[in-house]
Amino acid sequence: MPSLQFPLRDTPAEAPALRAELRAFLAEAGRDWPPMVPAYSWMGFDREFSREVGKRGWIGMTWPKAYGGGERTALERYVVLEEMLAVGAPVGAHWIGDRQSGPLILRLGTEEQRREFLPRIVRGELAFAIGLSEPDSGSDLASLRTRAEKVPGGWKVNGRKVWTSSAHRCDFMIALLRTAPAPDPKAKHQGLSQFLVDLRSSGLSIRPILDLVGQDGFNEITFDDVFVPDSMLVGQEGNGWEQATAELAFERAGPERYLSSLPLLVEALDDLRAEPAAPEAVGRLLARAATLRQMSFSVAGMLQEGHTPAREAALVKDAGNDFEQALPETIRGLVDPARTPPQVLEMLGLMTMVARSYSLRGGTREILRGIIARQLGLR
Amino acid sequence: MRDILVEQVDRLLASRSEPATLRAAESGTWPEALWDEAEALGLPLALVPEQQGGVGLGWGDAVALWQAMGRHAAPIPLGESMAAAALLAGAGITPPTGFIGLGLPGEPVAWGRRAGHLVLAPGGEVTLHAPADWQQGRGLIAREPADRPVLAAPLAEGQLPAAYGPDAALLAGALLNAARIAGALEAVLDMTVDYANTRKQFGRAIGGFQAVQQLLARCAGEVAAAGVAVANAGRAADRHGLGGAEFEIAAAKVVTGEAGGTGAEIVHQVHAAIGFTDEHPLHLFTRRIWGWRDGAGPERLWARRIGDAALARGGDRLWADLTSRDEDAIA
Repeated sequence: MPSLQFPLRDTPAEAPALRAELRAFLAEAGRDWPPMVPAYSWMGFDREFSREVGKRGWIGMTWPKAYGGGERTALERYVVLEEMLAVGAPVGAHWIGDRQSGPLILRLGTEEQRREFLPRIVRGELAFAIGLSEPDSGSDLASLRTRAEKVPGGWKVNGRKVWTSSAHRCDFMIALLRTAPAPDPKAKHQGLSQFLVDLRSSGLSIRPILDLVGQDGFNEITFDDVFVPDSMLVGQEGNGWEQATAELAFERAGPERYLSSLPLLVEALDDLRAEPAAPEAVGRLLARAATLRQMSFSVAGMLQEGHTPAREAALVKDAGNDFEQALPETIRGLVDPARTPPQVLEMLGLMTMVARSYSLRGGTREILRGIIARQLGLR
Repeated sequence: MRDILVEQVDRLLASRSEPATLRAAESGTWPEALWDEAEALGLPLALVPEQQGGVGLGWGDAVALWQAMGRHAAPIPLGESMAAAALLAGAGITPPTGFIGLGLPGEPVAWGRRAGHLVLAPGGEVTLHAPADWQQGRGLIAREPADRPVLAAPLAEGQLPAAYGPDAALLAGALLNAARIAGALEAVLDMTVDYANTRKQFGRAIGGFQAVQQLLARCAGEVAAAGVAVANAGRAADRHGLGGAEFEIAAAKVVTGEAGGTGAEIVHQVHAAIGFTDEHPLHLFTRRIWGWRDGAGPERLWARRIGDAALARGGDRLWADLTSRDEDAIA
């Protein structure tokens, strides 16, 4: 029963200069962001912002130059991510492509797919959605039923995907689809494949779903005889589960799993000075933030070395979600509404609502803890 | 070097830090054999530079060793003695041999009655004492001997360099207690997973129930956070000195204190009644975790230090301060 190890990493030597560039850029770009922007953070979608980020070489930073990448380290990339998140930048239009779709195409895609997609992701021009959940398949993902049937020259897709963030604004989706029936109910992880699906395909309709804040953040996508060409299969037919699971290590490993609500602490801090309970409460939050930052950075180091730290990422995401959900509640317990500026109260109110999504998206708390429990050797 | 020493200490404590020894220590019996073997390995002077007769280990190494001691709930004040010797050496005083007690503001000294010497370091002024008499007591929760010295004029005095900060003894004590909690948490998590996989109810091991799995997964998260927090504090102390690592040490004490509370709660809940008995060894660890949470300042005190500094600096500096701590040394 080996417990999970999180060896400390040193920050890359390039970090201070990189941070200075990022901070100058973000101070300018974020000058007029209303509280709604940091409240949604990486779920916010702003193509113009993403193109500016792309111009500066901050998307696909670790990818080969042949595909437009920067051939920089995963730790440098981490520095860029955490600087973006610390101010709650609206990175959603490039976040998924940079974090998981691009790496997947790079790892398992055909040469043609790499040349077709990666340079456009790098430029911040191509936005990706994640096609995993379905109306009847949430935590039990492998039970998904949207199926792709073999037809001449490609596949015919029928079914529904749901909770797909920003799909109505995205260009492509990487969808996990059933290409063969499961041989038996216990082997439902077999027969799944991943496809690049053009969201403007004929037969594909996207219905925005309002979230509890009233924003049109996510969607239901219906496939009605949607044709997907053979060239859009990613990796190996039937190997989709393994591929998607490896992708989850990327999806769960990043600083977005503990920093989502940090901008509220930054925004509220100066107005907490007169509150006697603030020093202790703020100190506890910062102690956690500093520790989670090292844990998250440690996982980035594992990715840099080519490992797939799926379990480590699950643990850091779970611990990080606890922190980012506790933060708005802690601030709420400290602020005096009568003496607090309206923009702080607005961000607090929005994050109180948005925070519910933290421990749901990318794997619920209960699923993550199940993964950790299996790692501990509990059966 | 670090790994070899940690392995040696783990091996030594596996054979010498048995429940019987722990129980005897709680009744005031000094674990003579254990101390002698630790001394034979050179551990009390491990943090003293080689030119001053020690092994020359750093604070990061110390954290790893103290974690190992926590894993075995080591019933000797070896960590305190290592820290005391380090402070003496830092102030230019050659550390004496034998057990040296570490004096923290307002706290009794662990095993003071067995200490040949005592180190105090208020305001960075280190004094070496040889108390003739001790007012004996013991910790309410950890039950280890905890004595108050009757002080006379010091045998030696010295000044710590500025990098140690104004309260180096408290910082060293906090780092020690945090590291021990992190280690003890690893041990109780292991014990509890084993128990959950063997204890059967409703015809199956209780570790198969999701309710139990979810609790232990949460515990594993806290154990991991505690380990990272203390490693980070040790690294910061090696880079910036104890005083320069105040933030990381404070953060480690806060995180291990919280993790200790949550972790102990969970392991007791899973062990249920048997873990609440005197006979079961679980409390030999959890009582120490609770005791170490309070030693060298509870979470509250350290959290306030962090919070006061952050509030004084303001929101605009918060993120930059957090990130620059790792990068000053490099930039």
